[in-house]
Amino acid sequence: MANYIHQFIFGVFPYIAGTVFLVGSLLRFERGQYTWRAMSSQMLTGHSRWFRPASLAFHIGILFLFFGHLVGLLTPTWFYQDTLGIDPGFKQLFAIVSGGAAGLLCLFGLTYLLWRRLFVPRVRNNSAGMDTFIICLIWLQLMTGMSTTFSSIHHLDGGVMQQLAHWAQSIVTFQAGGHEYITNVHWIYKMHIFLGLVMFTAFPFSRLVHIWSWPWAYTRRRYQVVRQQ
Amino acid sequence: MRIRAQIGKVLNLDKCIGCHTCSVTCKNVWTSREGIHYAWFNNVETKPGIGYPKEWENQDRYNGGWIRDKKGNLVPKAGSRWRILANIFANPDMPAIDDYYEPWDYDYHHLQSAPDAKTMPTARPRSLISGERMKKIVWGPNWEEILGTEFEHRSKDYNFKGIQKEIYGQFENTFMMYLPRLCEHCLNPTCVASCPSGAIYKREEDGIVLIDQEKCRGWRMCVSGCPYKKIYYNWKSGKSEKCTFCYPRIEIGQPTVCSETCVGRIRYLGVLLYDADRIEQAANAANEQDLYQAQLDIFLDPHDPEIVAEARKQGIPDDWLEAAKASPVYKMAVDWKVAFPLHPEYRTLPMVWYAPPLSPIQSAAEAGHIGVNGEIPDVQSLRIPVRYLANMLTAGEEQPIITALERMLAMRAFMRARHVDGEERLDLLERVGMDLDMVEDMYRYMAIADYEDRFVIPTNKREYAHSIYDGYSERAGCGFTFGSGCDHTGGSDADVFGGKPNTQRKFFPIRVEKASNSKEPAAHDHEAWRKS
Repeated sequence: MANYIHQFIFGVFPYIAGTVFLVGSLLRFERGQYTWRAMSSQMLTGHSRWFRPASLAFHIGILFLFFGHLVGLLTPTWFYQDTLGIDPGFKQLFAIVSGGAAGLLCLFGLTYLLWRRLFVPRVRNNSAGMDTFIICLIWLQLMTGMSTTFSSIHHLDGGVMQQLAHWAQSIVTFQAGGHEYITNVHWIYKMHIFLGLVMFTAFPFSRLVHIWSWPWAYTRRRYQVVRQQ
Repeated sequence: MRIRAQIGKVLNLDKCIGCHTCSVTCKNVWTSREGIHYAWFNNVETKPGIGYPKEWENQDRYNGGWIRDKKGNLVPKAGSRWRILANIFANPDMPAIDDYYEPWDYDYHHLQSAPDAKTMPTARPRSLISGERMKKIVWGPNWEEILGTEFEHRSKDYNFKGIQKEIYGQFENTFMMYLPRLCEHCLNPTCVASCPSGAIYKREEDGIVLIDQEKCRGWRMCVSGCPYKKIYYNWKSGKSEKCTFCYPRIEIGQPTVCSETCVGRIRYLGVLLYDADRIEQAANAANEQDLYQAQLDIFLDPHDPEIVAEARKQGIPDDWLEAAKASPVYKMAVDWKVAFPLHPEYRTLPMVWYAPPLSPIQSAAEAGHIGVNGEIPDVQSLRIPVRYLANMLTAGEEQPIITALERMLAMRAFMRARHVDGEERLDLLERVGMDLDMVEDMYRYMAIADYEDRFVIPTNKREYAHSIYDGYSERAGCGFTFGSGCDHTGGSDADVFGGKPNTQRKFFPIRVEKASNSKEPAAHDHEAWRKS
């Protein structure tokens, strides 16, 4: 039974989460443009001294963590080990140090933002259920992610990191049986992965959709926009 | 030369009585929804004062508008595109809700349901943001009404620049005027330039600046970018909203709601033609004091046959060209030069212009020491300092303001002489560069101000028929929606994607202790209520 649950969560759920994430985002972009926004609550507590540093720390931290995961998990071993000559142990140490730093930065910002969302009346009373859920989820996700350091500090050879990377790579390349790579990793990693998959599932139904909207075009367009009716 | 037409506007401040009818009718139409009810697309401020939001004119604080950088380029004061993007996670220039005011409502229900008590029941305020009781209301949308704050506070007014303002704090020298404000629908809007999503745009046909509510992502850069603070962030929908110049009315030839309902008849709407190729050049004049003239220079004369021919060639409809000839805005701004742009030094080339107000002659002058040039009092002895008006309307350049005030005074003196004394005092006109036709026209437009003269708005319907609002296809439609189709419950269903309904007003129920059946005056009940 435990094996079946393990297979479901790490072998099947990723595809459910991924499908909901992609198809849901597309549908919302198509059907609910008006609901596609960042939903900032900055102006409600605009004179707070902590909001700006906290929001900056959170966003910068989490962007680093996101791209760190993306590159760290999806770069094939042969590429960094054989082509670039980077030792997996060194890669793990680098990930722990840089990820830890970004994690701490993110944690500072996120903790403030979570406190603000839960206990500042102006923000509390204007939060949708999903707003509160998603910020709690990210906070838990960050905490489990940072807790893995206590486990991984005991095995610095990069082995567990490679197991996790193999799992991720087998998922995105549609290879069956990927879940077997992580059968015996510490439960804290499994928890972290599970919460991550929940986040992908909740993504299209929450304010997280604003992550898709990077306004790159702004850097290239003319200042003025003139349109016909 | 690229000719474009815009519906411009003039507000004749000389006749504004500060009744707020414009603000209230506008609010009833556009901003009575939750999340935006703190916003007034049109508001009327008493000047001098710091205004709404607080100190909106102080661009050192909000970084709105444009500046000419050291290399002579025109850039938003908030910085380059990359600087604007770098602030996307937390906009440091953004006004907070407390800079506008915390919107509130009263527990009116308590007046009817209060238990028997020794004292009159009261309706106490409750915040419309947090739903909590407000101990004290400390600021409102029109807190400075008729100089309603201490001079020390309101003298932070930016327009006191270069004025020895202390004497205007004395009762004998105090002065005031009303300033109704709405979106300026600028030729060179900073809100458009600072929108990372490209959601804000200027309509080519009539120059109205609108926010595409579908494309807006709520990055909030427009809120601080607009130097007039006329873009408002709706904290319920997560989108920015602004004055629409009542475009559905303009399109069918009706004046905007604020103009239509103005009881003082101070508002004028009319077509202005301008050369779109020269916008940047005009906004980038080296000297701030030249910006007013630079903007005047890009307006095109609708009576010039060459301009008309070229405009027609470029596709401007004939009824628009006809309207441009009869435009009251063109007459006041260009022909008579009695109307001015609001803060041209922001380099946005605003298109809502203001005729400056006359004011009573100071009492010292009345006592015999009056500064008089013949029949016309010296404008320097008017109660409102000319410099104050110049700081507001011409970036500190006094001469155009003096000319305008003198023309308005001459018009009054001439018409008084004609109607009271039965004399044609043409000598009064000559000195200020006016003739008989001009004074009669000015009198007709500015004093009598008939509806047909104030509003000369061409309809869009024939020439732009392919794109305009079509009554037949809209029949039995559901009107304005939030993109979720026709919803007969008023859009109250939560969106499948987790959005909260935007059309329903949140209601904070009040708890009232039920009065028991005892006959005693329930003073304790009243206490209990006070603590709730």
